[in-house]
Amino acid sequence: MLTGWGRTAPSAGRVIDLDGDAVRGAPHEALPIDEGRGAIPRGLGRSYGDPAQNGGGSVLRVLPGRSPISLDRNAATVTADAGVSFDDLLRVLVPAGFFVPVTPGTRFITVGGAIASDIHGKNHHVDGTFGHHCTRISLLTADGELRTLTPADGDLWWATIGGMGLTGLIVDATFDLIPIETSQCLVRTQRIANFDALVDTMAADDQRYSVAWVDLLASGAALGRSVLTCGEHARLDDLSAKQRRDPLAFAPPSLIDVPRGGPNVLSRAAVRAFNEVWYRKARRDHVGPESITGFFHPLDMVGAWNRLYGGAGFLQYQFVVPDDEVDTMRVAIERVVASGHASFLAVLKRFGPANPAMLSFPTSGWTLTLDVPAAASDLHVLLSELDELVLGAGGRHYLAKDAHITPSIVRAGYPRLAEWKAVRRSVDPHGYWISDQARRLGLLEEEVA
Amino acid sequence: MNNAVQQPQTILVLGGSSDIGRAIVEALASPALRHVVLAGRSSDPQRPDVSPDVTITTLDFDAGDPTTHRDVVAAAVEAAGDLDVVIQAFGQLGPDAADDPEAAAELVAVNTAGAVSSGLAVAEQLRRQGHGVLVVLSSVAGVRTRGSNFVYGATKAGQDAFATGLHHALHGTGARVLTVRPGFVRTAMTEGLEEVPFTIDPGDVADAVAGGLRRGKSIVWAPGVLRGVFGVLRYAPDAVWRRLDR
Ligand SMILES: Cc1cc2nc3c(=O)[nH]c(=O)nc-3n(C[C@H](O)[C@H](O)[C@H](O)COP(=O)(O)OP(=O)(O)OC[C@H]3O[C@@H](n4cnc5c(N)ncnc54)[C@H](O)[C@@H]3O)c2cc1C
Ligand SMILES: NC(=O)c1ccc[n+]([C@@H]2O[C@H](COP(=O)([O-])OP(=O)(O)OC[C@H]3O[C@@H](n4cnc5c(N)ncnc54)[C@H](OP(=O)(O)O)[C@@H]3O)[C@@H](O)[C@H]2O)c1
Repeated sequence: MLTGWGRTAPSAGRVIDLDGDAVRGAPHEALPIDEGRGAIPRGLGRSYGDPAQNGGGSVLRVLPGRSPISLDRNAATVTADAGVSFDDLLRVLVPAGFFVPVTPGTRFITVGGAIASDIHGKNHHVDGTFGHHCTRISLLTADGELRTLTPADGDLWWATIGGMGLTGLIVDATFDLIPIETSQCLVRTQRIANFDALVDTMAADDQRYSVAWVDLLASGAALGRSVLTCGEHARLDDLSAKQRRDPLAFAPPSLIDVPRGGPNVLSRAAVRAFNEVWYRKARRDHVGPESITGFFHPLDMVGAWNRLYGGAGFLQYQFVVPDDEVDTMRVAIERVVASGHASFLAVLKRFGPANPAMLSFPTSGWTLTLDVPAAASDLHVLLSELDELVLGAGGRHYLAKDAHITPSIVRAGYPRLAEWKAVRRSVDPHGYWISDQARRLGLLEEEVA
Repeated sequence: MNNAVQQPQTILVLGGSSDIGRAIVEALASPALRHVVLAGRSSDPQRPDVSPDVTITTLDFDAGDPTTHRDVVAAAVEAAGDLDVVIQAFGQLGPDAADDPEAAAELVAVNTAGAVSSGLAVAEQLRRQGHGVLVVLSSVAGVRTRGSNFVYGATKAGQDAFATGLHHALHGTGARVLTVRPGFVRTAMTEGLEEVPFTIDPGDVADAVAGGLRRGKSIVWAPGVLRGVFGVLRYAPDAVWRRLDR
């Protein structure tokens, strides 16, 4: 049985591991025959809902081949198999003086998943999405053809980036890297008293990386109180003499696992206590070095933390509203606070402009991400309220996080959906590629005008 | 596909005019719901009170004719796509069954044999799609049969045993079964009968089903207190049991 990271809507499919080299050697024989329920690629299953599962059908993983990562130091690019994780990548790239152009909040995702979800990081306002930095993708389409795509391919390129695995199986890809002098980040941490102050500070921010951790239990005058962290890759000069001896050291700590089968320990009381301590602990305004793991991937220090929410799992709700809809963002935060649904790890971030990918999520504006336990009986009320607010403001939901929206919500949020469907259909007329999410959202259904 | 808060997009009701079936549809209705298929003997069942955006399809279905059950499920899939929730809501009380062997056999044919054959046809589809829930309206009448309606009780006991066993058989396939054991419910079936303690309305059964689906349960009782009551009554001495069955 497969689920996404939120562990909410399981389905049973046939998981098939493909070898990257074998696919490249004989692409026409690589894909399993469609027995009526199609196939979907899967990376490390770090999307939260159901995009990487396919009830009753095939679920394809591409295992990295013999030389899965090849770094071109001069060009500052890397070619990697789609199944390569960012964990594997960073262990090669960082000691060599490079960083991935975009990283999510975890290293445990694959290159294929990064492209298919067109992921964004704390640097979106400066660097855009992951897809923006790709220069070549090899894509195995439903007809068994292994196609080499570049941005010059236009439509199919931009339908594949952010295309949730529905144009084909990404087998490998080439993308640009960020040269770094050290494996540390120079991070400014600020405690921000409320929402207005937060918006003002973030709008003025000019650092490469920035994100705010919002306390969704604070209300009234403290609504939106948060800890804002902004940073850059540290230069050699920023390091102490001791750190300078091995400036590119990268040794993420190994994981402590959360045991299986526990109850939801993230009760409202526990989350309130956590949020309080975490806010008080942050210094008012401080600049200091942090490791890559500490700054980008703090959650990775606890393995399988998604089990903390108990059997019913949890949802991650992420949306974006345009720049001038700050008030909608404030109302959304108010609603979440008033609903009483415990949430920690709410993250507010400012996005830069959108790219040409038809289903790419980020658009210029403000994005909020929050976790909520799925067990609460009235959760759907809050979700519907938020959906309405988001669409009313001309916003949209992130498909990599989505586990509850409907065909009409996705249609309203993604005005280029019909265009994407047409391109998708041109390379997969029989609907070989399909996921539970695609069925739920009608992503393969013909648009009726 | 159910969403993360276990709201279905499609529902098939076998016994499409059942009062309890309709109440469950209404309790499961949400913005996610797209299609409801009402399969039954009536071509014009009462429309559940759901948003006008929801498509309602009716299909002919006779629980007593097992030769058609696969076709009915296929027709429902053809109309609505994957079946997220299927409600087995048909059933007859068979007031004359105790005195009429033929009527009794007919009751078994519908309540038990029909439940088994339609249940298997549904299970086949849920297994094929790798997800979905079959909600079976069993009854406390099958938990311990009473002298006053033992044929009905026996048919429901058979259905219940089938449903709970099917749940185990489906383990790991993505499909599951929720067996529902209501007590006395005010519906067309019980109209004119004298009410007993713990009598409830179809909406109460529906709430219990919605809660059970959300929590991933395999058995729910409605009202919930009957679980404890029958935990005791099941083992009550025969004389006590007979006295309770007035
Ligand atoms: C703790 C945490 C923090 C996160 N932070 C962020 C963040 O800051 N920003 C952000 O953008 N996202 C974030 N995410 C989401 C995550 O980056 C995306 O969901 C990503 O797609 C997961 O990659 P994966 O390899 O696990 O893919 P999966 O979850 O397995 O699959 C996701 C999608 O990619 C498709 N796919 C996977 N491999 C291939 C392939 N080879 N070819 C074609 N399609 C493929 C799948 O079909 C599916 O549609 C976070 C997730 C977690 C758990
Ligand atoms: N009401 C209670 O107290 C109670 C208690 C416990 C369990 N239950 C169970 O709950 C379920 C629903 O009952 P209900 O209370 O909702 O009563 P209901 O409104 O009378 O519904 C029963 C439905 O079954 C249908 N049906 C009967 N025979 C059929 C056949 N051969 N083929 C197809 N459909 C057939 C009837 O349709 P027609 O219009 O075609 O006859 C009717 O719509 C039943 O299984 C019942 O045993 C009821």
